[in-house]
Order: sequence, then C-alpha cells, then structure tokens
Amino acid sequence: MGSLFRSEEMTLCQLFLQSEAAYACVSELGELGLVQFRDLNPDVNAFQRKFVNEVRRCDEMERKLRYLEKEIRRDGIPMLEIPGECPEAPQPREMIDLEATFEKLENELREVNQNAEALKRNFLELTELKHILRKTQVFFDEMADPSREEEQVTLLGEEGLMAGGQALKLGFVAGVILRERIPAFERMLWRACRGNVFLRQAEIDTPLEDPSSSDQVFKSVFIIFFQGDQLKTRVKKICEGFRATLYPCPEAPADRREMAMGVMTRIEDLNTVLGQTQDHRHRVLVAAAKNIKNWFVKVRKIKAIYHTLNLFNLDVTQKCLIAECWVPALDLETIQLALRRGTERSGSSVPPILNRMETIEDPPTYNRTNKFTSAFQNLIYAYGVATYREVNPAPYTIITFPFLFAVMFGDLGHGALMAAFGFWMCYKEKPLQAKKIDSEIWTIFFGGRYIILLMGLFSMYTGLIYNDIFSKSLNIFGSSWRNNYNESDLLTNKLLQLNPDSKDYLQIPYPFGIDPVWQLAEANKIIFMNAYKMKISIIIGVFHMLFGVCLSLWNHIYFKRRISIYVEFIPQIMFLVLLFFYMVMLMFIKWVKYGPDADFLGSSDPEVIKTSAYCAPSILITFINMMLFKTDPNTRPECDDTMYPGQIGLQKFFVIVALMCVPVMLFGKPYFIMKEQKQRARQGHQTIEGTAENGAAGGAAAVAPAHHHDEDITEVFIHQAIHTIEYVLGSISHTASYLRLWALSLAHAQLAEVAWNMLLRKGLMSRDFEGGIFLYVVFAGWAAISVSILVLMEGLSAFLHTLRLHWVEFQSKFYAGEGYLFQPFSFEVILDSAGQGEE
Amino acid sequence: MGMKFCGPKLSLCGLVLSVWGIIQLTLMGVFYYIQAVALLEDIPIDEEDTHTISGFISAAENGYTQNAYNCWIAALLYVITLVVSGHQFWMNNRSSVSM
Repeated sequence: MGSLFRSEEMTLCQLFLQSEAAYACVSELGELGLVQFRDLNPDVNAFQRKFVNEVRRCDEMERKLRYLEKEIRRDGIPMLEIPGECPEAPQPREMIDLEATFEKLENELREVNQNAEALKRNFLELTELKHILRKTQVFFDEMADPSREEEQVTLLGEEGLMAGGQALKLGFVAGVILRERIPAFERMLWRACRGNVFLRQAEIDTPLEDPSSSDQVFKSVFIIFFQGDQLKTRVKKICEGFRATLYPCPEAPADRREMAMGVMTRIEDLNTVLGQTQDHRHRVLVAAAKNIKNWFVKVRKIKAIYHTLNLFNLDVTQKCLIAECWVPALDLETIQLALRRGTERSGSSVPPILNRMETIEDPPTYNRTNKFTSAFQNLIYAYGVATYREVNPAPYTIITFPFLFAVMFGDLGHGALMAAFGFWMCYKEKPLQAKKIDSEIWTIFFGGRYIILLMGLFSMYTGLIYNDIFSKSLNIFGSSWRNNYNESDLLTNKLLQLNPDSKDYLQIPYPFGIDPVWQLAEANKIIFMNAYKMKISIIIGVFHMLFGVCLSLWNHIYFKRRISIYVEFIPQIMFLVLLFFYMVMLMFIKWVKYGPDADFLGSSDPEVIKTSAYCAPSILITFINMMLFKTDPNTRPECDDTMYPGQIGLQKFFVIVALMCVPVMLFGKPYFIMKEQKQRARQGHQTIEGTAENGAAGGAAAVAPAHHHDEDITEVFIHQAIHTIEYVLGSISHTASYLRLWALSLAHAQLAEVAWNMLLRKGLMSRDFEGGIFLYVVFAGWAAISVSILVLMEGLSAFLHTLRLHWVEFQSKFYAGEGYLFQPFSFEVILDSAGQGEE
Repeated sequence: MGMKFCGPKLSLCGLVLSVWGIIQLTLMGVFYYIQAVALLEDIPIDEEDTHTISGFISAAENGYTQNAYNCWIAALLYVITLVVSGHQFWMNNRSSVSM
C-alpha cells in the first residue's frame, strides 16, 4: 500500500503477449487501470497501423449508435442506466453480431422516418386543401352576391363597363401561402397585372406542421380572380415565385362539397396510418433504449482496446506483440494475475511475460488517492505535477487549506451554511453521482464536496474565535468588561472608553475567543481587531513557510543531495528563523510582557509603568530599526528603550549572521559542483591513460560526462543566483503576503455588518405586530444577499487566496513540480470522458 | 391533491429558506426575549425616550419584547411557507418519479 507522503515507485516493463491472447489481456488490464502504455510506433500514420480496420468498424458502430441515441432523445424516451456492473468488453467475434444488430436498427429507423415524412407531406396537402375549400366558399358567395357589384366595377375599370356592361366571366386560382409573404405577394400581383386581378385572402387559424423541418407555420388561403389566359400565366408564375401551393378548386358548389367530404375521409385515413407509423417507431426506439447504454459501453471498450493494441510492436516472428508500459512497483502481482486471467479467457497456452527494464528516463508521478484525498491532490496538481518521488504537499494541504480559508472567512453563521451544504453533498454522494447532472458549475462544487465540508467546519471554529455570527457576537461565558460610569456621565457623553488598566476590566480574559463586548465598540473595534489579526497572520505565515523549508530537507535526503543540505537548507532555515521567526518571538514577548498589573491598577509607579500598555513598542518599527541598524530617540522617557536587556546586540548579531547566509546560498553549491567536476576530470584523465592500451570505450564514457558538466557551470551559477534572489526577496514579500489573511477577514466582517445594518435592521425597527410580516419579507432578502455575496462571492475569493498562498508562498520553498502525470489505460476514465464529451 | 404552482427549483429554494428562517428567527426571538446586549442596536427606540436613564431602560425593554414577538411571528409565517414549499416539492418529486 503506497503512502501519500511521496509519489509511488514506478518501473518500466516490457510485456510479451501472444497474438491470440493479446485482446483478452489488454481487456483485463483496461479493467484494472494500473498500466500506462507507451506508443512504440510513433512515426506510423494512423492509417497504417495494424488494427486500423477494427477501429474503423468501431467508429461506424458508434456513429450508428449516436444516430439511434439522437432519435431516442428526440422522442423523449428515457434511456435506462446500466444496472449493476459495467459490461465487459465483448470478444472479437461478438463484434460482428453487434454490427449486424446496429445495421438492422439503423435501416429500420431510417425507413420509418422516410415514410413518416412522406405521409406528413401528404397530410399537409390534404389539410391545406380542406382549408381552401372551406374559406373559398365565402369568397364565391360574395362573388355571386349582387350587392358586391360595385367592387367588381371599380376593379375592372371603365373599359369593362364600356365593353358590355354585363358581368364578365372570371377565371380563378386558389392556393395557400405563408402568412408573412402575403403583403409582398399582393403588391407584386397588383404591379405585375396592372391591377387587373382580384385577390381575396383569409388566414388559417391553426398552424400547420412543415414536414421537413417540423416547425409550426401560419399560412393563409388566397384566391385570385382574373380574366383571360395571359393574366392566368402571369398569376401562376408569380405564385410559383412566392412558393404558394395551388390547388384545383371546382367552381360549382356541389362539386366543392363532394371534394370536401372526400378530403375529410382521406385525412382521417392518413391520420390513422400516421398514428400507426409513429407507434411502430416508438416501439422500435423503446426496445433500443433498453440496451443502448450497454452497447455504447461495449463499443467504446472495443475501440479502446484496439487503439491500445495499435501502440504495440509486432516482433520478428509475427506471433507475438510487444508492449512497453509504466507500472507501479507495488502492483506487479496484481497485473500478473490480470494477465493470467486474460490468457485463460482467450484459451491460449502461452503465458504472457512481464519483464522489468532499466531506464534513465523519468517515470511518471502516481499518487494513490481515495475520494477524500483526490480533491486535495488535484488542487496541488493544478499548479504542477510533482517530480518523481518528490515530497507530496497534499497530506498537509488537507488541514492547512481549510484552516487558512477559515482564517479569512471566520463567521459562525456563514460557516454553518457552508458546512451544511458540504455535508448534504457528502451524505447524498451516491444518489447525486448517479444523477449525472450536466452543469459544469455543479461538477466543480460536487468534486470539491469534502473540501467544502472541511472549509465550513473550520470556518465555524474560527467564527467562534472571532466571536462573529452574521456580524453579531455570542455572549456564552459572560463578558469580562464592566461599566463603572455614573448616570450623569452616561447622559452627557456620546462615546465613553473603558480602560483595561482599571476596574472596568475584570483582569480575567474571556475564556474562548474575542470578548463579546467588542461588537458594541463601534469606534475602536476595527483598530483592536487589526492589531490582533495582523499579528496572527504573520505568525501563521512564518510557521507555514518554515514548514515548507523543512519539507525540502526530506527531498534533499531522499535524492541524496548532501551538499544541498549544507549550502541550501541550513542557510535558508537560518535566514528565515533569525529574521522572521525572531519577529514572531518579539510579538509573543510583547503580548506577555506588556499589560495591566492586577495588583497595581492605574498606578504611577515608574516600574509598573514600564510594563504597562503605555510602553508597548511597535513591532514593525522595532524590526525596521533592526534591519537598518538604527536606534530611534526615546519619545517616552518613562519607558525602556528595549524590550529585554541585550536586545540591540542580539539583533545586530542576528542580522549579520542572516546576511552571511546569502553568499553561502549564492556560491556554496556552484563551488562544490566545480570541485566535483575537477575531481572527475582528474579521474577521467587517469582512466583514459589506463585504457588507452585496451582501447576500451570506458574512457570515452568518462570524458563525455565531464565534458557535459563543464558546459553547465555558468548555468549552475545563474540557476543558483536566481534561486537565492527568489528566496531572499521572497521571504520578505511572502511574509507580507500572508497579511491577506487579515485583509480578507476584515472585509468579510465589514460586509456582514453592512448586510445586517442596512437590510435586516430595517425589518427590526417596527413598533407594531405588523413588523412580523415585514420581517418575514426582509429576512428573505437578507438571506439571499448573505448567500450570494457573503458565502458564494467571499467564499470563492477566500478560496482563491488560500490557493495562491499554498501554491506560491508555501510550495516555492520546496516543490519542483516538474513531473508528468501517470495516465493509466483505464476503461473507467475513457468511459467517463466519453460520456461527458457527448453531453 | 392540489395545484402545482412552483417548479422543482423554486420549491426547493423555499424549503431551504424556510428551514433557515425558522431556526434563525426562533433563536433571534429567544435572544430578544432574554434581552441580549448584542441586539441592543436593533430595537426601535424613540429619540425622546433617551433623555432619562429609566425612560431609556423601559423603552429598551419594550423594544426587546416587541421584537421578540415579531421574530416569532415571522418564524410562524416561515412554518407556513415550509409546509407549502414542502407540499409543492413533494408534488414535483412525485410527478417526475411517476413518469
């Protein structure tokens, strides 16, 4: 069982598989998911590989399945999820059966679809004809109506009257056109026929279904009256141009009635046939839907196996396939078992051979994680995959990440909301995973459910320490501050201060967290909290960075870089400790040494004053003076210059030693490397002389690395200089960077206060019982703001800053991150990514 | 059984909000009733009552009890919302399962 401390040990193996057994063995390895194959034919084109035909057949099958799936989805039929275990990859001979089934299904479906389309077209024509017959009845009645004569007269103009004065015989065409085209149609007719045609139109109320696009369109019935053949041809051409469908409409009303009845019967017949076609289609699709997920899995597995087989090499005798793969050293037994199973299944007699190979290549990085640790491991990998066998920062991240988040987010109420959300996701893990919800945002939240749960729990803890629940404080143990002012003082002053160096403070601190009285101190609450939170941030930051530097010691020991321990690790630790850890110590000394004395409250004894809050020095000024070797004039003569005797001398000593560490870091390693090279060069010369008689190739080999190193000495210098500057400057900037822990917690507290004061307080200022209803409404608004701004936005922001602190400030102290990920051949991974890809 | 006028998302939102509202408003009501100092700035007090200490104290006490009752009334309204949302949520779940 590997550990999370560093990545697993990997070996490069050669695999000899008999051709018959190859398929089954690869299938077993795919189920196992522990082997990463290397491509042994990198120069070969995709179309020249051995199994290209099989891959092509799989592609065809997948295409057919996708077509089926699209049809099933169009009809809204639910596809059954695979019950129980994923089906195993089928044997090669089963592939032919699957292909035949899919072919049959596809053909059947296409035929049904074509028939349905033809039927629908027919149906559309008949429906339009029905509407025409109905509407034109009105037109013909109007035409026959004598009261309409005036219209005829105006239309036909004076010549018509002159010609005979009797009603002229009019021809007509009837048809259907899209409603949107009617105005243009009318205008065109008017212009082209010079106003000599007469158009009547009526809208069809129900939309008709277009057979090819399945859209619902609105159409109108029109009838055009004209006289003469020329106009007839003209009208017909215009109708063609506007894609209006013309229908033969009999003139006599009796004929029309007969036609109408015939059309109705035909429509009913068509409806029945259409219904039956749809039923048949539905039945075919339902039958397919039962198995389609199963088929998808099988086809994808076959394709994956053949893709992998394409990576193999065929050996000289053409009977055996050779593969090279990376394998975790601890899993060799499991893989041997899987290979044996595969050979048994295929019925082959020759067992496969797994051979360990020596190589100088860098193996991939593999960390065994479970569902809890994988989220944190992925956070680390997002920045850079660990170098092979490097110390893994993930196990510590499990605790430091939620903790640093909580320092920035500290609010009991919001933490509780976050923890509840995380808890719900973790509790309902299996059903939520089975649902396969599409949204990418949900996938991100669900993938980090354990992180969210931990962040919420830790935030509840820091919320208790900051004593902040939705910007109010809880008074659990009783405040340690008392009010000793009399009535007249209270009535005449707007702001009053309570002095801790008096009876106002009970000299026994609040047992856990910040005293609840500070919530009411609107004038100096922020000043007080700033002093506290800034110091805490620096303390946490220095400890985090020290821990990071200590982890680099493990890397040096493992990779046997003894020189690095002396010229890199020791100067780094000393620099950090002598400067920044000393500052942390000063903070603790200040907290312990300066404060009110319980026995001498408010005394003016000079000795007591020296340890009172009046004389507490500023840590920042002290530190700056320490670095600049400066001493400020004492502005408070009652106070000592220093916090403890010998401070100035000790500080000077620390700064000098820390500065001396810098050249050691800068020149130590290059000096040792140069020494090593000279030694090797001397040895190389000796061996050359020694082997000159034998003419062995060993001398050449010895010369080559020395030559190789000689070229790199300037690179080593530059490399080391970059690292030193990065570390020295980084130690100052990273320490200051940890102040974001203070900044974000201040922002969060203030936002929560604003949300309460501006929003919820409005609902709490009513004098009557209707305030209850008003509060009911205001609470909903306040809850929405709290969740969206304070939990989501602030949470995301704090998450990002914590991630940055880990990636940059912590990991730059020890992490190289130049490895590549172990990507085993695993059906699970392939099926997951294929499933996501198509959605 | 009843009309379905909320979709699944709205009824779930209502459910979560109601649970939160009931818990928080009941607790706030309790804190107002025991006259917690932290909530001193969230009670209605008229300007003229702040001129004497005893006037201030009695106005504060009135404000506390009034707000306690208001919080409990709001909590009760959220109980009703919980019942309605829960019913809608259950109806939505049922119809999606029966399909």
